[in-house]
Amino acid sequence: MEPVVHLRGTVALLGRFPALAGIDLDVLRGEIVLLRGPNGAGKTTLLRVLAGLVPPVRGEARVLGHNLPAEARAVRRRVGLLGHATALFEELTAAGNVGFWGRACRASQDDIEAALGLVGLDGRLRDVPVARLSAGQRRRSALACLLARRPELWLLDEPHAGLDNDARDLLDGLVHQAVAQGATVVLSSHELDRAQALAHREVGLAGGITTGPAPAAGAESPEAKTLGADVPESMAEVPYVA
Amino acid sequence: MWRDAALVAGRDLRVEARSRVTLQQVGPFALLVLILFAFALDPARQTLERATPGLYWVTVLFSALLALARSAALDEADGVRDALRLSALEPAGVFAGKALAVAAELLALEVVLGIGVIILYGAEPAGIGLLVVTCVSATAAIATTGTLYGALVSGLRVRETLLPLLLLPVLAPVLLGATRAFEAALGGAPAEGWPWCGLLAAFAVLYSVAGAAAYGTLLEGS
Repeated sequence: MEPVVHLRGTVALLGRFPALAGIDLDVLRGEIVLLRGPNGAGKTTLLRVLAGLVPPVRGEARVLGHNLPAEARAVRRRVGLLGHATALFEELTAAGNVGFWGRACRASQDDIEAALGLVGLDGRLRDVPVARLSAGQRRRSALACLLARRPELWLLDEPHAGLDNDARDLLDGLVHQAVAQGATVVLSSHELDRAQALAHREVGLAGGITTGPAPAAGAESPEAKTLGADVPESMAEVPYVA
Repeated sequence: MWRDAALVAGRDLRVEARSRVTLQQVGPFALLVLILFAFALDPARQTLERATPGLYWVTVLFSALLALARSAALDEADGVRDALRLSALEPAGVFAGKALAVAAELLALEVVLGIGVIILYGAEPAGIGLLVVTCVSATAAIATTGTLYGALVSGLRVRETLLPLLLLPVLAPVLLGATRAFEAALGGAPAEGWPWCGLLAAFAVLYSVAGAAAYGTLLEGS
């Protein structure tokens, strides 16, 4: 089975600086992989390369069966990136934002409503402008935008930041649910206790290169861990893989 | 593409409707410019009447700079550009949607300014058909050109000051054409105005095509 992510000697530049200086990484379908490393190690850049947003300039890079950077557009439509920025419009409501980004990714109205429900924004918060939401509620809105597009590869950059414990449990549960349905997850986090409990394995990064072990080719995809939180049943009706 | 354009235009107009920047800042700014021109030229009433078409379009152009800067800033914020690149939206659709939203705001503003020049400058509307076609084609030209240049300067630290510097010289033919067409309409010789309308329409088509073709590259490069 072809890995969802296959990188060999991948180099990516930020300006002239080699933020990634030769990454080797394989991620199999259904895996949850934690990227570990100090600030500036290249975790965010690696996630952006996998999203097709930063072009690799050297080495081999295949994501979801597409070569990067040549087929970046095909990759972008199948991944979901939850980064530091939320990409929310302050003036629009939570539902307005999720509706816009959902439709921008060809999601149906049912998917959009389901996503809002899954993150708990289907009640009174639904019609509140984002400018009046707390940081955690904004993160929930951004998570709903990601859920609505039903990505095959989740790319989570510090996903627990800004969330309260309930929201963290919810996020972990949603990640496990997505993986159980065939999605793959690569995340970076400095909150190691929670991230290590969520991940199947860890990959170390330092100075733009991988320092941890890469998976053996052809290794079996691990089983999803037990859910860390109650997840609404409607999630099971939303398959993540075509 | 048109579905994407409608989606983006709807978003931009909803944001504007809720923020009320156009209503509370761009509109009053435009009226203020009209009033200042009236104060400056009031002692020479004949000059004011003769200069009405030019003053009207200079005011529209200055106001358009504010609306265009605002439109470009919407996609600058907090990861929006990355989200656009990750979406399934056609870049040409995003361009068309943003230009449509700016055009809708400018057309509403032009109606208000039209009333303003009738009251303040004593202009007497004539050649309504030519006036309407001029407004629509000049607005399309300003909106498409401004949206393209807005994308061109996005990501630069000096974009707020660079946008007018780049845009105003490029829009000089639009100012000229719209002013001449208005002069013809208000002067009771509309036949002389239609060729200028043709120039405006050609300008709008040129920049619509260029913007639709280049927007994807600009989105990637910024």
